[in-house]
Amino acid sequence: MKFSVVVNEGPYTHQASDSAYYFTRAVLSQGHEIMRVFFYHDGVNNGTRLTTPPQDDRNITNRWSDLAKEHDLDLVVCVAAAQRRGIVDEDEQKRNSKDTNNIADGFRISGLGQLIEAGIQSDRLVAFGD
Amino acid sequence: MLHTVNKSPFEKNSLQTCLRLSQPGSSILLIEDGIYGALKGSDAAANITEHLQDRQFYVLGPDLKARGIDKSRLIDGIEIVDYDGFVKLAVEEPKVQSWM
Repeated sequence: MKFSVVVNEGPYTHQASDSAYYFTRAVLSQGHEIMRVFFYHDGVNNGTRLTTPPQDDRNITNRWSDLAKEHDLDLVVCVAAAQRRGIVDEDEQKRNSKDTNNIADGFRISGLGQLIEAGIQSDRLVAFGD
Repeated sequence: MLHTVNKSPFEKNSLQTCLRLSQPGSSILLIEDGIYGALKGSDAAANITEHLQDRQFYVLGPDLKARGIDKSRLIDGIEIVDYDGFVKLAVEEPKVQSWM
């Protein structure tokens, strides 16, 4: 079965990033497909590679990147939410003349259409957040 | 339909809204702080006890454990599931609605 996941809450905020991650892993371990994980609102903050949590804490961003690498996941960050919160990839850096970018491995910035498409093409869309 | 509730009934009215708008026969999974709605003898327990006949209630075990809540403190008739159980419920039910 084809699943997509929406994350509407930032990392280290409450629990949504963790719940979404463990749910996504459980979906994959049961042999189902994750079509897309869409990061919206404060959820876009999951996608910055500049986070440096204490060494004895989980690194939520790296954990997503690693899972994406292992399972070839499509991690999509909403562009409008990302611009507001300073989540920048190379294209956005050029387009908005910023001095750097910070998108983490495995994430890409795209539009809300990607969420609508995930909703239409997936058998189940499960949302986590505040 | 599977409904998830991730807020404590002492913090927001997500559980009440879910119960008002969900259809009889629905499955309701309490996750994160939503698990506080499953406690026996609390002021919010009636939310669930009034709907036990026509809805199936579940709590996410890891979230219970993270809050130090023993299963003996749950309202009778509520089932504990892990993340695999969460996925199975999402597969069995035709849609998933998250109440936040």
